[in-house]
Amino acid sequence: MADNSEIRYLTPIKIDTQRDKYCRFRKNRIKYIDYKDPNFLLKLVNEQGKILPRRITGTSMKYQRRVAQAIKRSRHLALMPYVGDLLK
Amino acid sequence: MTNRYETVFILTPVLSDDQAKEAVEKFKGLLKEEGAKFHHQEDWGLRKLAYPIQKKSTGFYHLLEFESEGSAIEKLELAFRRDERVLRFLTVKLDKHAVAYNEKKRSKKSEVTA
Repeated sequence: MADNSEIRYLTPIKIDTQRDKYCRFRKNRIKYIDYKDPNFLLKLVNEQGKILPRRITGTSMKYQRRVAQAIKRSRHLALMPYVGDLLK
Repeated sequence: MTNRYETVFILTPVLSDDQAKEAVEKFKGLLKEEGAKFHHQEDWGLRKLAYPIQKKSTGFYHLLEFESEGSAIEKLELAFRRDERVLRFLTVKLDKHAVAYNEKKRSKKSEVTA
């Protein structure tokens, strides 16, 4: 009785290996990250309102610093929450 | 050496409209005395705050973009701190990218309305 639990694939199934990440600011020539429009900044923040790390967003160090500064400024102005369930 | 600054401040929602305007005029007057040149002024009106400040959950947002000496900022912020109508303020010095961004945004907006 063929033991079918152990299925062997002819070719290893190609799980979505990491497509190359790119810095969105360098790609579409964004020079200034405005701290006044929260909708754009919400894309760079996770559900709890924490800033997403570079390894996930793939942004370069130069723009990551500007993103962090813009987010902290908009939090100061209560345009964005310090902690909160944003997109739930 | 004059620099470009942009300051956003939040007024307490308890104020009536003309009190809010009067407060804004007070800060503008103070800056004019310091010889500031105004480039842009925006009033976002009553907006909901992301978290309550001083037990209030809404506030009048106001933005002033101006050009002035560095010393004027100290006086401006002192006035902000003293005035209890102001819940929060943030003054930012604009670099060339920021100035270009604001100009572009203004020109785009004027195109839309024109």
